Amino acid sequence: MAESTDSKYNYKVIRQFSVMAVIWGIVGMAVGVLIAAQLWIPALNFDTAWLSYGRLRPLHTNAVIFAFGGCVLMATSLYCVQRTCHTPLFSRKLAAFVFWGWQLVILLAAITLPMGLTSAKEYAELEWPIDILIAIVWIAYAVLFFGTIAKRKTSHIYVANWFFGAFIITVAILHLVNSAAVPVDFTTWKSYSAYSGAIDAMIQWWYGHNAVGFYLTAGFLGIMYYFIPKQAERPVYSYRLSIVHFWALIAIYMWAGPHHLHYTALPGWAQSLGMVFSLILLAPSWGGMINGIMTLSGAWHKLRTDPILKFLIVSLSFYGMSTFEGPMMAIKTVNALSHYTDWTIGHVHSGALGWVAMVSIGALYSLIPNLFGKKQMHSIKLINMHFWLSTIGVVLYIVSMWIAGLTQGLMARATNQDGTLTYSWVQILENTYPQYGIRLLGGFLFLSGMFIMLYNVIKTIQKPQPVDKRIPEPVH
Amino acid sequence: MSNFWSFYIIAITVITILGCVALLYFTRKKKQSSEDGQTTGHVYDGIEEFDNPMPKWWLWLFYISIVFGVIYLILYPGLGKYQGLLGWSQDSQYQQEVAAANERYLPLYEQYAEKSIEELQQIPEALKMGQAIFANTCFGCHGADARGSLGFPNLTDSDWLRGGSPEKIKAAILNGLNGVMPAFSETLSDKDIDSLSSYISSKNVIERPVIESFLANGEKLFKQNCAACHGQDLAGNQALGAPNLIDEVWLHGASPGMVKDVIRNGRINRMPPHESILGQAKSHIVAAYVYSLSQNKEAGTN
Repeated sequence: MAESTDSKYNYKVIRQFSVMAVIWGIVGMAVGVLIAAQLWIPALNFDTAWLSYGRLRPLHTNAVIFAFGGCVLMATSLYCVQRTCHTPLFSRKLAAFVFWGWQLVILLAAITLPMGLTSAKEYAELEWPIDILIAIVWIAYAVLFFGTIAKRKTSHIYVANWFFGAFIITVAILHLVNSAAVPVDFTTWKSYSAYSGAIDAMIQWWYGHNAVGFYLTAGFLGIMYYFIPKQAERPVYSYRLSIVHFWALIAIYMWAGPHHLHYTALPGWAQSLGMVFSLILLAPSWGGMINGIMTLSGAWHKLRTDPILKFLIVSLSFYGMSTFEGPMMAIKTVNALSHYTDWTIGHVHSGALGWVAMVSIGALYSLIPNLFGKKQMHSIKLINMHFWLSTIGVVLYIVSMWIAGLTQGLMARATNQDGTLTYSWVQILENTYPQYGIRLLGGFLFLSGMFIMLYNVIKTIQKPQPVDKRIPEPVH
Repeated sequence: MSNFWSFYIIAITVITILGCVALLYFTRKKKQSSEDGQTTGHVYDGIEEFDNPMPKWWLWLFYISIVFGVIYLILYPGLGKYQGLLGWSQDSQYQQEVAAANERYLPLYEQYAEKSIEELQQIPEALKMGQAIFANTCFGCHGADARGSLGFPNLTDSDWLRGGSPEKIKAAILNGLNGVMPAFSETLSDKDIDSLSSYISSKNVIERPVIESFLANGEKLFKQNCAACHGQDLAGNQALGAPNLIDEVWLHGASPGMVKDVIRNGRINRMPPHESILGQAKSHIVAAYVYSLSQNKEAGTN
């Protein structure tokens, strides 16, 4: 076996991650739709502790980010690194360990979060035994990825791999630093953060915002840099731009975290630096959007017939929109209005659904047929239907949360002639209620698209054909 | 902040910003030799890369955001210990906003400072302002309708733990109140607590089944343990804030189970002082509003 494997790509782990990405996507988004429904009809928690909003909300975020997003990133990065380095994966055994280890992490999260076991750190809720497992699996993933890079047959490293590499290294550091905790109980896994007070808050949002920056941005830009030129069959627009925006992006993202803590106990200098660097981040963020969209110049007509390309390009539009919105919301005066309202939720989902999920879906539709020896997905029509359900779903979601958030912000600061507040909390909530209904509908449409995808994927991978896994010699 | 950390923050901030400028400056023009539409020559899995220049408008966007950042860091705190030319801080912004609001709104409240709370009952504008303050500050515990909830007193009935005179209400708002019912789980057995609960139920206006055989022991225990605060007649004591146990008002729940829980575990109730939050003038007006709630019987009771 050993002699033949070195000349062939390793697709097994890619297939596993790709299929699980679709399944975890459905699970994570279904939990999201359930908790959106609970905000509309609170009785939908059925008076059951493990179905209550407080426990399912972290399950939703962990499932969509780490289960769905994680499987997509691992599938695409391990595919891209082999293909663009013209070499098989560094180690088959390590690849299997990464896959099964990551699935175990997801399973443990799905059990412990509804049980109410949580470290109470947003997007890092999992308790320390799972954190240790994540660290081990992640380091294995890093060894697998960089080991493959080291074995490359090409002289240079393709830009997508820089983004994947930055994502893998930074997430490891973020996870290790932010999850540092003192375990206090070995049966309930309870622990307390190693940091206290404002320092804990700063570390948490240094982690939180860089999870957005490196996991949800750099990682998925890696996907963009491989799948858009592939699907469009066009060269990347500007090599120069890709270098410049890469280095600027990773240097500046690191600073942006404090904008989550405006007007808090965080010292003023840290707040200012967070705001300033969030604004400087706009151009580096947009560099990726420009490079992706301009790559399509000369091939715009393909958008008419190729719904996969539509997914990829529309995802970039949402990326551009939310990376504009983010710096604006980081300005203190804007943040004073937007923070603690549903505007934040809308902003997150324009990034998470519009950018991350749509670029993932596009990449998976492009990737899956290749992995199972098919020319294309079972049904292009269904991809197109999925595209429209997703797009309409995201738009309904974002617009309803914009209206909700702005109304909440304005109502909360409205005062009477005697200086007292005009509206009570319940009046603000009442005003938000219709928007929660529209958001639920948007989320439901997006989820229905995922079920169409599952059907299409099952149809595509049934009766797989032999795959040409031979590794061509690199041109340079 | 020590000088070292101040210097460290300034250094890494300046290096990052200058690094961005240098990155843009040295890459902004492409080499003379290459032409538009030419690729770098690298091919990865069939993917090629053009060596197009970076869009001008994008470079300008980057430069402008950097210039904005530099100006902001000159005007506002950010560079370590440096406080910025404007001398701004979030605390000073808060103080200024509060001072501006006081200057604008406080005269509206102070115009009623000389009027007694009884006199204010005849001034609907004052009561309306009191209601607005109540809706901002007091609703969290006492409810927007002032009817309270479990553990938080109803202010619309005529039952008062500490007395419902205008002076008492205003003093409660300004200085706060503490009510302590000690826990008896260490000193009384479960059977004792059952006896006490039966005895209290037998004296309360709410009709409830009682176990006759418990009453004698219950009465004895009440006199030993409870009467000092709640009175021999169970009518309570406003000087101590000890509730009346005869009437139908039960702050912590009327059921025998809740009564037993209070005896077993005690309760600590705290109304926080509001003088530093509301000040004298607003406290006076909100006291007038709260007083009005128990004066208007039709609106006040169920």
